[in-house]
Amino acid sequence: MSDVSFVRTEMLPEQAPPASEVGLIGWVRHNLFSGWFNSILTVISLYAVYYVLSGVLPWTFQSVWNANSLTECREIMMATWGSTHGHACWAVINDRWLQLLFGFYPSHLYWRPILSLVLLLVALAPVLYSDRVPTKMLIITGIYPFLMPFLMWGGTIWGPMSAAIGFVLGWFVYNLLNKQLSELIGMIGAAVAAVIWWLILSSYFVGVMDSILPIGIEAVQSRQFGGFMLAILLGVVAIGVSLPIGIVLALGRQSDLLIVKYMCVGFIEFIRGVPLITLLFVASLLLNLFLPPGTNFDIILRVMIMMTLFSAAYMAEVIRGGLAALPRGQYEGADSLGLNYWQAQRLIIMPQALKISIPGIVSTFIGIFKDTVLVSIIGLFDVLGLANAIRADTAWNGIYWELFAFIGALFFVVCFSMSRYSMYLERKLQTGHH
Amino acid sequence: MTTLTDPPKEHFRLSMLLYDTRYRSATIQVIALIGFMLLAAWIISNTIQNLEALGKPVEFGFFGEAASYDINQRLLEYNSRDSHLRAAFIGLLNTLVVAVLGCITATIIGVLVGVLRLSKNWLVARVMTVYVEMFRNVPVLLWIVLAMAILIESLPAPRAFRGDEPEATMKLFDSVAITNRGVYVPDFLFSRSLGDIHLFGTSSLRFDISLDLVAVLIVLAGSIFAMRKVSAFAAAKQESTGDRPTIWYIQLGILFAPMVILLTALGCHLGYPELTGFNFKGGTHMRNSLIALWLALSLYTAAFIAEIVRAGIMAISKGQTEAASALGLRPGRTMRLVILPQALRVIIPPMISNYLNLTKNSSLAIAVGYMDITGTLGGITMNQTGRELECVLLLMLVYLSISLSISGVMNWYNNRVKLVER
Repeated sequence: MSDVSFVRTEMLPEQAPPASEVGLIGWVRHNLFSGWFNSILTVISLYAVYYVLSGVLPWTFQSVWNANSLTECREIMMATWGSTHGHACWAVINDRWLQLLFGFYPSHLYWRPILSLVLLLVALAPVLYSDRVPTKMLIITGIYPFLMPFLMWGGTIWGPMSAAIGFVLGWFVYNLLNKQLSELIGMIGAAVAAVIWWLILSSYFVGVMDSILPIGIEAVQSRQFGGFMLAILLGVVAIGVSLPIGIVLALGRQSDLLIVKYMCVGFIEFIRGVPLITLLFVASLLLNLFLPPGTNFDIILRVMIMMTLFSAAYMAEVIRGGLAALPRGQYEGADSLGLNYWQAQRLIIMPQALKISIPGIVSTFIGIFKDTVLVSIIGLFDVLGLANAIRADTAWNGIYWELFAFIGALFFVVCFSMSRYSMYLERKLQTGHH
Repeated sequence: MTTLTDPPKEHFRLSMLLYDTRYRSATIQVIALIGFMLLAAWIISNTIQNLEALGKPVEFGFFGEAASYDINQRLLEYNSRDSHLRAAFIGLLNTLVVAVLGCITATIIGVLVGVLRLSKNWLVARVMTVYVEMFRNVPVLLWIVLAMAILIESLPAPRAFRGDEPEATMKLFDSVAITNRGVYVPDFLFSRSLGDIHLFGTSSLRFDISLDLVAVLIVLAGSIFAMRKVSAFAAAKQESTGDRPTIWYIQLGILFAPMVILLTALGCHLGYPELTGFNFKGGTHMRNSLIALWLALSLYTAAFIAEIVRAGIMAISKGQTEAASALGLRPGRTMRLVILPQALRVIIPPMISNYLNLTKNSSLAIAVGYMDITGTLGGITMNQTGRELECVLLLMLVYLSISLSISGVMNWYNNRVKLVER
């Protein structure tokens, strides 16, 4: 009886899945044609991609690289392809790329902006990749803010040197007074000492040192600055200076000191409520009115100041978001350890708050970097201003796609890498348990 | 036995201003206030001295003078004999026009792209990612100038529309003309018009309100009110009896019937643009500067809105979707009834700041010659009168008020839809 069974006693061999469910076909079915709606979407997107690529690829690659004017470009196109339509004239970039990058910076001194950029990367390395680069490199980061203006503007070395001495002096006074009297007096004393040095003593110091030991390199006027270099210069300065100011403003806005709080709130809301272009008008037209009669400092410096204030207000809001997101217990924990305000901020609050606000900080960076093109409206020759000048030139009158594609690509590369870096940093600093 | 008593009261000493945390905050605030006032006084006295040296005392009398420049894109009537104040007012309206148009289109495109970016369709998601990254990482000014250049250089001139075999034809059943001088769209005309109301007499702020438009708006509001009443009635019936009466045809009737009757009574018809001589006449003329600005601002802001929408939807935990499908809701209804209402609360605050950004970015109109408030008050008026201080400060004040009003309204809306917790 036992050899009769109504159910199968052994397993069937495993069968291969149907061809329509695996491999390329399966992937296409699941991802592109999973229903009538998806299929329509896929077909539409395929058509759109084809339409764009069929226009852009021949335009980009069947192009003219060597010509002296748009007319010449068109003649070459007619001779080669029989039509002027659908072919790029990259000759304009080939002709003017140095100008688009450096503006009217003297061409024999191009090494200086390039060296500044390289040093910038070196100075940023220990900050950006703190786990892979030795901490000693931070010395370069400290020197860079004084070295960069020296390289870019040239002139005597004693100018930047004296600016640095102001900071050293302030630090010295702070330490002295902090030990002797109190922290508050130390801070005030440091600020007063530094300001006195910069405003009054510094010019004598530079004059004397320059006559004793004239070390310097060829000076470059601000009006010769331009091109993409100007965007990077303005962006780096605004970003670098606005972060500390933003932190101070955010702390001020969160503080219990009513007067300080309302001053910070007023500043932040005012700056955030007006467009950058009005602040640039202030830089170009009004800032000289606000200063003592007779002072006339250069337009790039004025623009830098306004852009820094602008980005500091946005930065302050981003950091305030980070501060607000910290659990109350962190503040109480710091208090219970007996840390004073600045110690608590430095050791407990800020490291966490800044970490939370990294995405916001980086998008503010990207925003301010993109906003540097606005200086073309107040007449500086940044990359867009130069592009407009080139378009007004008789040789290249009527060209636009090639120029804008080039400028767009420059900005895209910088901004896109910044946003990718922020994602990397978020992943790296992720200490939660997920 | 010891008794606990209050510690002896300390007398106030001057050093406590520095070392005692109870008094130190007062010290800091007083110092900050003095510093701030010194700075303000210094700036103001410098400004006064500088202005005196230039011979330009601060005064706003120039606003009454004739502007003597033309504004080609405008909502209200204006001519070059009107005052600078009138020009600034026209400019302000132009700013608001482009801001409102931009916000609407940016929201539509942004929501669409944001949802499509999350699509399971691999190709669509990638295409939308490319769009978002391309627009987010390139300055908006570049997009504006590029849009303007494309419109001017690549579109046909009005004369291309002439002749028996024209090079260019009008689009949408011969109603829209897209030319390199701008877009001409049909406008609504009323043959039995009710007339206009003139407000503010002949002052700089005068404007006309079309009674036809008012009538249309009143009827529309009435219809919507009636529709809500009907659906409330249907809901009440469903509550009491359990089945919902079919009301969609009543709703449609209420929405369209009064409007059609009103428009017929007013003799509403479309005025088509027509080519006469070298240019188009009739219809509404939207200049290239407006179109370029609108297009670029919408597409740029839409990329940001798409990211916000995507983040908002992703912030809703997967459990909500699973619970909805466990209840038997189809994906479309899950999105509409479960995900979006919750995502909206996450989305609204960043959306506010994007609307503000769009409004502020509309000041870049000056780069393409669209006469908004920056182009009039901060542009030609300032250059003609040489009153930089007054013009720039007023310009800032105007933008500040616009920003504060937008954020006020949007924050009110945000508070209304916000989840009330405990």
